Amino acid sequence: SDGSLRYTTCTNGGPLFVYVKDGRILRVTPLEFDATDPSTWMIEARGRKFSPPRRALVAPHALTMKSLVYSDKRILHPMKRVDFDPDGERNPQNRGKSGYVRITWDEALDIVAKEINRQKRVHGPGAITFPMSSHHQWGNVGYYLSSLMRFANLIGFTRVAANPDSWEGWYWGAMHHFGNSMRVGVPAGYGGIEDCLKEAEMIVFWSSDPESTNGAYAGFEGTTRRLWAKELGIEFVHIDPHCNPTAQLFGGRWFSVRPQTDAALAQAIMYVWATEGLYDRDYVATRTTGFDEWKAYLLGETDGVPKTPEWQESETGIPAKDVRALARKWGGRKVYLAVGMTGTGFGGAGRGATGAQWARCMIMMMAMQGWGKPGINFGNLEIGIPHDLHFYFPGYADGGISGDLAFTGNAVNNYQRMPHILTMNPVKQMVPRQQMPDAIIEGKATGYLWDGMAQEAQFAPFTYPMPGYSPIHMIYRYGGSSLSTVTRSGRWVDAYRHESIEFVVNQSIWMEGEAQFADVILPACTSLERWDIGEWANSGGYAHHGVNVVNHRVVTLQHKCIEPLGESKSDYEIFTAILTRLGLGAVFTEGCSELDWVKRVFDSSDLPDHVSWKKFCRKGYYVVPPEKPELRQPVDMRWFAEGRRKDLPEPAPMPSQYAEQFGMGLQTPSGKLEFVPEIFKRHTTDNPDRPAVNRYIPSWEGRSAELSERYPLQMIATHSRYSFHTSMDGKNSAVNQVDDHRALIAGHRFWLLRVNTADAAARGIRHHDLVKIFNVRGAVICAADISPLVTPGVVKSYEASAEFQLIDVEGETVEIGGCLNTLTPDRSQTRGTSSMAPNSCLVQIEKWRNAEAFKMARAAQEEVL
Amino acid sequence: MSKWNLIINVGRCENCYNCVIANRDEHVGNDFPGYAAPAAAVGASPIRILRRAQGSAPMVETTYLPVMCNHCDDAPCIRRAGDAIRKRDDGIVIIDPVKSRGRKDIVSSCPYGAIVWNEEQQVPQTWLFDAHLLDQGWDKPRCQQSCPTDVFEAVKLDDAAMKKMAEAEGLKVLKPNLGTKPRVWYRGLERWETCFIGGSVSADFGGTIECVEAADVTLSQGGTILAKTATDGFGDFRFNKLAGDGATFRIDVTHALGGVWRDCVLSESVYLGELRL
Ligand SMILES: Nc1nc2c(c(=O)[nH]1)N[C@H]1C(S)=C(S)[C@@H](COP(=O)(O)OP(=O)(O)OC[C@H]3O[C@@H](n4cnc5c(=O)[nH]c(N)nc54)[C@H](O)[C@@H]3O)O[C@H]1N2
Ligand SMILES: Nc1nc2c(c(=O)[nH]1)N[C@H]1C(S)=C(S)[C@@H](COP(=O)(O)OP(=O)(O)OC[C@H]3O[C@@H](n4cnc5c(=O)[nH]c(N)nc54)[C@H](O)[C@@H]3O)O[C@H]1N2
Ligand code: SF4
Ligand code: SF4
Ligand code: SF4
Ligand SMILES: [Ca+2]
Ligand SMILES: [Ca+2]
Ligand SMILES: [Mo+4]
Repeated sequence: SDGSLRYTTCTNGGPLFVYVKDGRILRVTPLEFDATDPSTWMIEARGRKFSPPRRALVAPHALTMKSLVYSDKRILHPMKRVDFDPDGERNPQNRGKSGYVRITWDEALDIVAKEINRQKRVHGPGAITFPMSSHHQWGNVGYYLSSLMRFANLIGFTRVAANPDSWEGWYWGAMHHFGNSMRVGVPAGYGGIEDCLKEAEMIVFWSSDPESTNGAYAGFEGTTRRLWAKELGIEFVHIDPHCNPTAQLFGGRWFSVRPQTDAALAQAIMYVWATEGLYDRDYVATRTTGFDEWKAYLLGETDGVPKTPEWQESETGIPAKDVRALARKWGGRKVYLAVGMTGTGFGGAGRGATGAQWARCMIMMMAMQGWGKPGINFGNLEIGIPHDLHFYFPGYADGGISGDLAFTGNAVNNYQRMPHILTMNPVKQMVPRQQMPDAIIEGKATGYLWDGMAQEAQFAPFTYPMPGYSPIHMIYRYGGSSLSTVTRSGRWVDAYRHESIEFVVNQSIWMEGEAQFADVILPACTSLERWDIGEWANSGGYAHHGVNVVNHRVVTLQHKCIEPLGESKSDYEIFTAILTRLGLGAVFTEGCSELDWVKRVFDSSDLPDHVSWKKFCRKGYYVVPPEKPELRQPVDMRWFAEGRRKDLPEPAPMPSQYAEQFGMGLQTPSGKLEFVPEIFKRHTTDNPDRPAVNRYIPSWEGRSAELSERYPLQMIATHSRYSFHTSMDGKNSAVNQVDDHRALIAGHRFWLLRVNTADAAARGIRHHDLVKIFNVRGAVICAADISPLVTPGVVKSYEASAEFQLIDVEGETVEIGGCLNTLTPDRSQTRGTSSMAPNSCLVQIEKWRNAEAFKMARAAQEEVL
Repeated sequence: MSKWNLIINVGRCENCYNCVIANRDEHVGNDFPGYAAPAAAVGASPIRILRRAQGSAPMVETTYLPVMCNHCDDAPCIRRAGDAIRKRDDGIVIIDPVKSRGRKDIVSSCPYGAIVWNEEQQVPQTWLFDAHLLDQGWDKPRCQQSCPTDVFEAVKLDDAAMKKMAEAEGLKVLKPNLGTKPRVWYRGLERWETCFIGGSVSADFGGTIECVEAADVTLSQGGTILAKTATDGFGDFRFNKLAGDGATFRIDVTHALGGVWRDCVLSESVYLGELRL
């Protein structure tokens, strides 16, 4: 009616309609289903019927797409650093300091192509690296695991081996108690919605804030279900140093635990269960091993210290009486334990020195309570929708167009459905992600694998450099998030300026983060300016059946809604242009445009059985009809609790990984839940950080650390509620204007630091004062957000500011973008792992003494402008 | 004549900012002649979410309150602005994007702080109920469309029916004493306006401190009992919906194990902490 065209797209926060008029995006709105879309599932619980709304409950960051497209930080043409001469002086020391000149695409592509060849010729394989971030704009064709992987494989590169950042405590710890290596050590969550609504009496949210983390990609789809649970009278409890948005919305008892002390709290609860007989004796006897050894530890028979509620009080800050009350309530009821974003894994508690201890406890607690019995499971109603999972559509980690069989789910998914030219990286050398700056500066690093194939894979160390390969001399960076998402990230500045790095190219959409450290900048475009296809929340790979978080399975055509802005191009086009210069253009494209690949993905899926390509394109999306009630997936672990053969639709463990009979029992050596994991007994007896009998070992950067005298506050910097990592922050996006995200002070949007009322008062800090948060690693200026919502002694903020802005005021160097990872330790949680521990971070805060000088300088600047 | 009203369900807002962002999405960079000039990409939002966090750990309650232009029937802004602001027949108040140019003085006329100044366009702006969309046939504004917890309900009723509904459901408006006659109504506003007194009861059981469940707790004032409750499994009790006007209340806890009492001056919500029998 207003002359606009309605397209569709999908984002990390849900599917949208995109209204376009005269070549410009007018608005984006959450996708709403119409009468021709299939019906919606219904669950009956306790005499009531529940069915979710027929619209996409999208995340705030999804709704900012238009503001991101038209951001004033868009890079609109290729650029070269002014003092970078590929044939003369390269001046690596000036990266991040000197400005840029505009160059043509031809010039830019020639420099990059020539340099790729020079690196190979002069240094040989391994000299080039493509550091990849963990996330990307939605879509199966343009995703980094798709196009970028294909491109990088065709060039050859030193792989930056990621640490399992999302899964830390689970991969290195919890997994060894129950298996599930193919899910990186977290439970699956099948059937969790219906079982929880029907049976559970209580949900314990432990380091779980789904109203902020949204099951990663599900927006607020889970919120409605949690509201149902409240209506049914299911009691909520929250264990978190922050009375987080989930606790705020739903209420329920808050246990304001000190960060990284959770293992002590959990052990005290288990102590009460063990001494008062509040556990499932029959289950423990028949489904688990090692309980007697564990119980002896809890009772203090092994080390003389009974793990009583009184014992934990000085560590956790939780009164012993409250622990006993919780333990008794829990022990006597059917309880869902909600850990992390989906309730079935993750959680900020896992990203610190004691992360593995905590995650291990979570599995042991469920083992004591009869995991898998009705109403007793992991979850917070975020996962376990009764979808039709037989309908095949690939997730983003299932390979896309990569042709890579080793580092994506291609071999078991997309490749069989959509044969395409295989690609492979011939370089075996790897460098661990968290240690990459050290690898560059010190020339060496050691890492441990993140590999879900087997529980044992993580014990194999790898070293950089690897004999036979060149050290890294060229960085091809795609995006630029490391300064905000990698620990002690200030190291990156020195790494970028290191003389061994001869060339840095950055392919980015926005001028932010690491883009400003490149020699040549290639402007990419957003997903609204190119074609793609994707299913909402279908991540695939290690998150097998990840669509189980959204209420409807929605496959979207991601329209090219507008032409790329300025001279920006899609990543695919940029890769094509570079590879064409290397004679590999046709090998890369197979003669296909992006839209051709979209059609190939469409054809490879089950979509053509239900909808024609033409109709799909016209409507823009397809909703998969719900599963017939009698075919809904069984509840996770029910088979195990009942001693039956495994009946879940997941392809793991692998046939060779069952203890005795295929399909019977877990992936552990015994096939049972192991209180004292056999795998640890076999492999870590020489490593006191990873004992077979889980112990509470206080954080090496916690309240009892020596450092706490100078830096008495514990900082946790967890996942940003309004942005998906760095993606929607900064760049004048709509998120940046959110008052609960950044505060506008002296014309600058400062990152928020949540401080307890008492801690603020003790330091003379008032609401929205500029505060300096600092430790030996650096200093960041934030705006104080004062409330009783954080535990005293704790400051809470978010990771992943997109802005990295070092400034000098009155001789003091501070960061004002909000990059709190400049303060976090780069130490692995435990020896023998490559893990991150950002939530073990001691800091001090004070009212920023140069705040007035800063404000005056800003005001003077405004006048000049 | 049916007119637009907006009902806001207090206690369901979780501060997600979808409504704020959707509203910015609608207006930033878009010109809707007759309705609104393009909003600025940077700066204050016409919809704001206010926070109130009461109590202290472990007993806190957080309430978020969306506030925006109330589309008042007796609007102080119209009195100030003359023909630069008009009231439509359907109740919606529109600041004319042309006639209001340069009128920064209008901003301060709103007692609700609902008008933002657009420096780029030199116009005062508000949340305009998405009148431009309603006029195209939309049945709800964008804030309602994007809210995950159904905080907003836009209803088109004649004034008598609306008044009846407000009385029946206890809907309230902001600052009723100003007599501005807002068309934005709040359901459950007590949560925003009142206070609580809470505490946690414990006792010494032979050297072990335990939470005490099912202790009787009374709230009284000058000897008159106002309310009674009992403690839960964590020994917690709470009295809600109290006026925070500085009055003194008395809390008495009684249980077979003993009793304990406290006096408490209430101007903001209070968590009394542990009360040992
Ligand atoms: N302190 C602290 N740190 C943490 C965590 C924590 O809890 N606390 N969590 C960790 C976890 S779990 C994770 S997953 C990581 C996430 O860390 P990252 O994955 O590093 O963060 P993102 O911001 O998602 O990075 C994505 C980058 O890719 C770019 N990009 C996206 N789409 C495109 C595209 O289409 N084309 C191009 N050219 N570029 C694109 C974006 O601009 C951005 O720079 O952070 C980790 N860091
Ligand atoms: N909006 C949004 N959603 C996201 C992301 C995003 O960037 N933005 N990122 C996605 C990704 S990649 C991931 S991995 C997940 C992460 O999902 P999670 O790992 O679950 O998220 P976190 O925010 O790190 O932590 C959740 C809660 O743990 C609490 N917490 C922190 N430290 C401790 C502790 O020591 N003990 C206890 N008990 N609690 C603690 C925090 O206060 C927070 O409330 O989120 C995903 N969802
Ligand atoms: S057993 Fe499983 S993998 Fe084998 S054919 Fe049947 S469905 Fe396919
Ligand atoms: S809320 Fe303010 S701007 Fe809106 S009509 Fe009333 S007085 Fe005018
Ligand atoms: S969209 Fe709804 S829940 Fe979110 S901030 Fe607005 S009113 Fe609150
Ligand atoms: Ca139980
Ligand atoms: Ca088929
Ligand atoms: Mo993650």
